[in-house]
Amino acid sequence: MPVKPVRQTYVNTSLYAADAMGVCSALYELGGMSVMHDASGCNSTYTTHDEPRWYDFDSLVFITAMTEHEALMGDDEKTVRDISEAARQLNPRFIALAGTTIPAMCGIDIPALARLIEAETGIPSFGLPTDGMHSYLRGAALAFDALAHRFVKETEKTDTLSANILGLTPLDFSYIGIEDSIKAAVKAADIEIISSWAMGSSPEDIEKAASARVNLVVSETGLKAAKTLEKRFGIPYVIGTPISGFTPDIIDAIKTADAEKRNINPAAAFIENAASVAVIGEYVFASSLCAALSKHGISAYPVCPLESRLKSKPADSVSDEHAISEELKSAGTVIADPLYAPIAKGKKFVALPHEAYSGRIFRASIPDLTESIEKILKELI
Amino acid sequence: MIRRLNENAAVSLNLGETPWPPKFPGGLEYSSPARGTWNIVHVGMLLPEAHLIFVCAEACLRGVVLTAAEMGAMDRFSMININENDITSGGMETLIIDGVGDILSRLEKKPRAALVYTSCVHHFIGCDLPLVYKTLRENHPGVDIINCYMNPIMRKSGLTPDQLMRKQLYAGLKATEHDPKKLIFVGNDFPTPEGELRELIGSAGFSVSEIQDFSDYDGYLSMGEASAAIIFNEAAKPAGNELKRRLGIETIYLPYSWDYSEIKAGYEKLAGYSGVNVPDYSALEAECEAAAARTLKIIGDTPVAIDYTLTYKPIGLAHFLASRGFNVKRIYGDGYSKEEQASYEKLSEIRPDIELWPTVNVMMRKTDRAQSNYLALGQKAAYFLGTDRFVNIVENDGLYGYGGIIRLMALMEDAYKTPKDTKKLVQIKGWGCGGCL
Repeated sequence: MPVKPVRQTYVNTSLYAADAMGVCSALYELGGMSVMHDASGCNSTYTTHDEPRWYDFDSLVFITAMTEHEALMGDDEKTVRDISEAARQLNPRFIALAGTTIPAMCGIDIPALARLIEAETGIPSFGLPTDGMHSYLRGAALAFDALAHRFVKETEKTDTLSANILGLTPLDFSYIGIEDSIKAAVKAADIEIISSWAMGSSPEDIEKAASARVNLVVSETGLKAAKTLEKRFGIPYVIGTPISGFTPDIIDAIKTADAEKRNINPAAAFIENAASVAVIGEYVFASSLCAALSKHGISAYPVCPLESRLKSKPADSVSDEHAISEELKSAGTVIADPLYAPIAKGKKFVALPHEAYSGRIFRASIPDLTESIEKILKELI
Repeated sequence: MIRRLNENAAVSLNLGETPWPPKFPGGLEYSSPARGTWNIVHVGMLLPEAHLIFVCAEACLRGVVLTAAEMGAMDRFSMININENDITSGGMETLIIDGVGDILSRLEKKPRAALVYTSCVHHFIGCDLPLVYKTLRENHPGVDIINCYMNPIMRKSGLTPDQLMRKQLYAGLKATEHDPKKLIFVGNDFPTPEGELRELIGSAGFSVSEIQDFSDYDGYLSMGEASAAIIFNEAAKPAGNELKRRLGIETIYLPYSWDYSEIKAGYEKLAGYSGVNVPDYSALEAECEAAAARTLKIIGDTPVAIDYTLTYKPIGLAHFLASRGFNVKRIYGDGYSKEEQASYEKLSEIRPDIELWPTVNVMMRKTDRAQSNYLALGQKAAYFLGTDRFVNIVENDGLYGYGGIIRLMALMEDAYKTPKDTKKLVQIKGWGCGGCL
């Protein structure tokens, strides 16, 4: 019988970390308690594949361990009671509740549950309407946005140029020191860093974020918060990942954004859709790498399988293999996570591991591209 | 009595003060980084020449696809990713049927079997799974379509995902003429080692095989010729029941045990089935005692902790060790098999001071992980205590009978003498499955 090509199928490639995991990753270092409303599985998946800090860096991430009976009959009181009891024992600074598939399907009102928890515990709480059917990008974006709404206080702007770095999670940058390289690159331009969301910053740093003059969005997980901070405090933002060779453009953009009070996406000028090199990945990072490559005479275009609002055709769900293959048609070379290799057959393949895609498997070979892109260039040329 | 040790400590129960069955408070759950236990992907991959297809939401797919990737088995794994529209549109059956067809058509080599895993979502939306699997079988006559499930929300309703997986692993076996002299081991993750059990089977003129013996599907199918299935693992009992119901294969349940009388009772049962006399095992018992005495002499009064990931019978193991003078201090587990009750009561009498610790209670995130003086039997105990002296096996690892006891004593000696890289080892998923980490 004839076989229909079916969207949503993945023959032997992977999938990105999911939205609820993005929530936990974004909030991990801030002293809160993140709870996934889930039966089982999300917690071990997150702690095994999506969270490189889990073994050494104690943070409070749990699941509600929902059962069939609770899902069918409804028992929101138990959820509130269990979370409140854990909070009384562990005393977190805040509580974040993230939904997964079954609560979403049952119509459980996660934000409303969070309000009940806050009323019960007196601890700032927020519910994030994740449903396990989107990528980490959406979850982390919701979490950062919640911080922007709930925790950032009105503060005087700094006298000299300063920035928050938004969108830093190990899912996009692993846990091998890239976040430090990014901060160093910004500081080297005499730009004070007020806070970095959310690796290496304290909750107090986040509270002071409104004192920054510009926000630097290093992955799309930080974009929603950047828009909120723009709305609340008039802070313009620059979209781009500091990658060797492209960093000066980002620094210039930060200065321009501050001077002219406008948002800038400096990588956009370097994207060539007819290019022969495709970079698969999160959009801000992939387009920044394309920009960095263009400095070396290599034309490249980003292929973002995530629900990016930045790409030319914004998407609400992750792309499947058929869609990604379609986007790779014109490419002779593909730069991507090693687990994408099966759909780049017949093309030159340059491995660039992405923790949000392949988890911990290739962590040891994730390069710090803020420091140098020589490794990529060597393989391309 | 539940005891809160200090503001940063977890709750533990005192065995002597806790009637059977011990229960810890429910609530939110924590997941420790010790990941060596097997999941339904590891077990499914035991089926030779089979392809695994999971139909779930992204959050659920992530854990299973990376399990396959870490095993280096992505060529045997595919997925169908569910979106919100699929839940509301009523087209789930079509998505699965067409999606599986799409995947099978794109594989370089057609598999002999496809394990198609549906999930919690399908259960809740009333997806017509019988129709789905029936249609898949009609559409793909050259492939054995085996219905499998990843529905952890049902873990307290009927069969657990673990039991279901062990049952469905043998669903490909077909009715055939039984060979009265052929036995199979069913439901174990690890191959059954040589030892007194295999000797007993051989001496009775029987042959025995298990899924780990076969690298091809025809070999797997030959297991259907068995007259009886030997089961050690309680979680594989439903598999045995199903083999009896569907294929007429008898079940001989020889439970994992650390108790001589229970081990011997199992062998008597098997000998009865085989029509032979049970051998005299007193020499083997003496060998076990000698091994235990030698190990005790080496590790002395070192505190010992046991967790449920090492053995399906941690209470029984604790009793075996404690009754021979080992300084068992802690047992880690969140719930225990009813088969452990007798051991629990005996242990309570001789060592009421032993502490029972949970592993998923939220306070375990804050437990003191700096107790390197312990010898841990199991990965979770090693992690929670922060010790580098631990026996690194999971899922009983073929430890059966007298031979299993003797081997465990050797492993304890080795663990005591040779520290391990706990952080590196316990984080590897599906210990013993091979992999790239």
